[in-house]
Amino acid sequence: MLIKRRDFLQNTSLATAALWMPRFLKGLETPGSIANNGRILIVLQLSGGNDGLNTVIPTRNDIYYRERPKLAIARETALQLTDETGLHPALSGLKNLFDQGQMAILNSVGYPNPDRSHFRSMDIWQTASPAQDYWTTGWLGRYLDAQCQGRSRPTAALEIDDTLGLALKGKDIKGLALQDVKRLYESAKSPYFEAYIKAKQVQQEAAPVDYLYKTMSETLSSADYLFEKSKAKSSTGTYPGTGLGKDFKTIASLILSDVDTSVYYLSHGSFDTHVNQQNQQQRLFQEMNDALAAFAADMTNNNRWKDVLVVTFSEFGRRVAQNASGGTDHGTANHMMMMGGALKEKGMLNAMPDLSNLSEGDLQYQVDFRQVYATLLQNWLKADATQVLGARFAPLQFV
Amino acid sequence: MSQLRIQHLLWRTGFGPATADWSQWANLSEKACWQKIKSDASAAPEYFDVADNAIKGLLMGAGQAGQMQRESLDNEEKKRVRKQSRDDLQTLNLRWLDAMTHSKAQLREKMALFWHGHFASRNINILYQQQLLDITRQQALGNFGELLRAVSKSAAMLAFLNNQQNKKEHPNENFAREVMELFTLGRGNYSEQDVKEAARAFTGWSFRLNGEFFFRRREHDYGSKTILGKTGNFEGEDVLDLLLAQPQTARFITRKLYKFLVNEEKIPEARITELANGFFKSGYDITQLLDAIVGSSWFHDAENTGAKIKSPIELWVGMRRAMPFEMENPENQVLLQKALGQVLLFPPNVAGWPGGKTWIDSSSLMLRLRLPQMIAFQGDLDLHTKTDDDQQMGEMEGMRNRQKRFAAKTDWQPVLKRFKGIPDKELIPQIARALWQTPVATPPLAVLERHTDQSSREKQIETAFVQLMATPEYQLC
Repeated sequence: MLIKRRDFLQNTSLATAALWMPRFLKGLETPGSIANNGRILIVLQLSGGNDGLNTVIPTRNDIYYRERPKLAIARETALQLTDETGLHPALSGLKNLFDQGQMAILNSVGYPNPDRSHFRSMDIWQTASPAQDYWTTGWLGRYLDAQCQGRSRPTAALEIDDTLGLALKGKDIKGLALQDVKRLYESAKSPYFEAYIKAKQVQQEAAPVDYLYKTMSETLSSADYLFEKSKAKSSTGTYPGTGLGKDFKTIASLILSDVDTSVYYLSHGSFDTHVNQQNQQQRLFQEMNDALAAFAADMTNNNRWKDVLVVTFSEFGRRVAQNASGGTDHGTANHMMMMGGALKEKGMLNAMPDLSNLSEGDLQYQVDFRQVYATLLQNWLKADATQVLGARFAPLQFV
Repeated sequence: MSQLRIQHLLWRTGFGPATADWSQWANLSEKACWQKIKSDASAAPEYFDVADNAIKGLLMGAGQAGQMQRESLDNEEKKRVRKQSRDDLQTLNLRWLDAMTHSKAQLREKMALFWHGHFASRNINILYQQQLLDITRQQALGNFGELLRAVSKSAAMLAFLNNQQNKKEHPNENFAREVMELFTLGRGNYSEQDVKEAARAFTGWSFRLNGEFFFRRREHDYGSKTILGKTGNFEGEDVLDLLLAQPQTARFITRKLYKFLVNEEKIPEARITELANGFFKSGYDITQLLDAIVGSSWFHDAENTGAKIKSPIELWVGMRRAMPFEMENPENQVLLQKALGQVLLFPPNVAGWPGGKTWIDSSSLMLRLRLPQMIAFQGDLDLHTKTDDDQQMGEMEGMRNRQKRFAAKTDWQPVLKRFKGIPDKELIPQIARALWQTPVATPPLAVLERHTDQSSREKQIETAFVQLMATPEYQLC
């Protein structure tokens, strides 16, 4: 090692730049510059293929109990939602939301010609492409493209992660990934980068280097913006100390400090329960339940729950029959859950999956997931769903 | 030949100049440079055989008579293969990365990377993946038709595109569709009926456990098919020939290669037509196509120079060549590839990496900019990458826990030697010229002087080198 990092940084931090924010971002600081009245969408991705049938349980279905002699959750153990359905026992907070009319469950969501590879099916869900097409932009990224025409604003959609997934990548505009605000701020905060970019002569031509400068300056200023904003007013709610608990606290703090973000994206998993499903799903659900319950309470206490919609999805469900290793294998259609204080339709939105009408042992989808996306885009985010999805999908009515 | 032009050639036909070898190139003519690049790449590449012996035993039946005819593994064996494959795939990844860095056959490895993205396959079976990688590296500069035939008969591709399920009674169109859409004609140049009929011709195309191609006669549809206007009792091989007989295939490949080697956004169609005609007439000779591109009047045009955003692999390998360093834990390079968005052997899907601006978002750009400093000054890397369930099969936190200390040892000697005689005042502009391909850009001297270590001549060179890599300009080639 020839140079000690600390010496080097000390030597180079002479020019501590003042808070620096370019004009294009300042102009957008006022809330309401995006036409959705401060509404917020939170997408919680359950990675790995969550077993839907052991989440929303058909407690009076003989086929379910016959196909899963070991794995089925008994009617007495499930948290009763309706006469025929129950929720996984670890999801007590979600049951409360359901009982209070703050949750909706949409069953049998999927797409034609389902793919059983995690990666591929997740791609399809994240891009909203037809199963046979390979798209390189995500559905929420295209929402950014459509909303922020000509005005780039990466803070409009945030992914709580170190790397940005496909869902938030648009053609021209991409969301911003951050694990937490302080960490993003510290990693972007570099006297050298700030001085370097200030010295850059802005060119008018759309050369690739200008695209890089633009992304770099947006990142530095977004990191500043989020840090300064959220410093002022962070959440005082009590959250579990788990990864997901921290992530939801980060989101709550950002919402409460009125940052101009309308979409948050985060993932939880892995739900790929080929073996020993019971323990794994139980543990993941416990973490998810506690984080979501804390978040809903925090938002309610701050009178913001009516502005928030949390949506869960998984790249596929699992097969109806259990396998020989105490688990389940990759399946097809699955439910989606919607939670928030402003649902227009609540509870069970449609019939439970028909277990007597399977396709080679798999559930058949009844609702195309792009109809759900169209609903979120059109009715909640007030965007042009047809433009974003590339085709018209009839919206539903839950918001 | 100017420094910029030599560097352009080395970046586009390889992974950029290696600082230690610069003197070999500096005084060559344009023609001599290209000749040397080709002759350096002419030898057949070494086969990367990293598959664990236990896996080979299971799949190839080595030393176990009677197992040769087996066509499948039991669940326990499958699990073992999967587990061991994961480690071996990492070894293969690093092995190839080292070859890209150190091999003088830069052109071969670069073109292999192109074909690796073109014939993209995700497959957790290490034996099949190393066989496919070997095909693309062996034939990277040869004949596209032969490459297409070999890839189409590889276990990795047949498995990835589900041709095992393509049987006379229940045709599976996936393989036939991707061969037309992504490997040869491109979208819009065939009908759905063509896909259906071609799928029938590929019925029975299968492979043995050891990865050898195997034709299942009983699953094959021997009937008459009509494909792209021709009718006959076509077999799979005939379909590939029919596709190669279409000039559109030459055009599709040429256009894609032009984007990879020349310019991703500005693509003059007349130029593509001319190149594609030559490629078709040559019977798909890849090296002849490369000759036509590199020897053209426009290859070095200003609009093609410094206009490409380096892929994560190009960036990383290029850094290793410019500023030689050894990682304390080489496997961290796989994690880095993940965080930067391009993992060798794990293309996002059969369409390969989309490239261009898709490489860049806030997180990936900041990481790219911080990398040179992290390597040279032992920075910390605390990265959490997304999980890959296809690989990990639900085993939690696989990648996270395997992250080890990120540290590298840089050998500054080649860099110090190269800039030895340069006057102080000229130092930063000279280093920028060596590292950047953006001809008009001049580094902000005042900023760089303030942010470099001036305590000694050596430190000055080292820190200026690092800081000039930590720039938007260095992301381009």
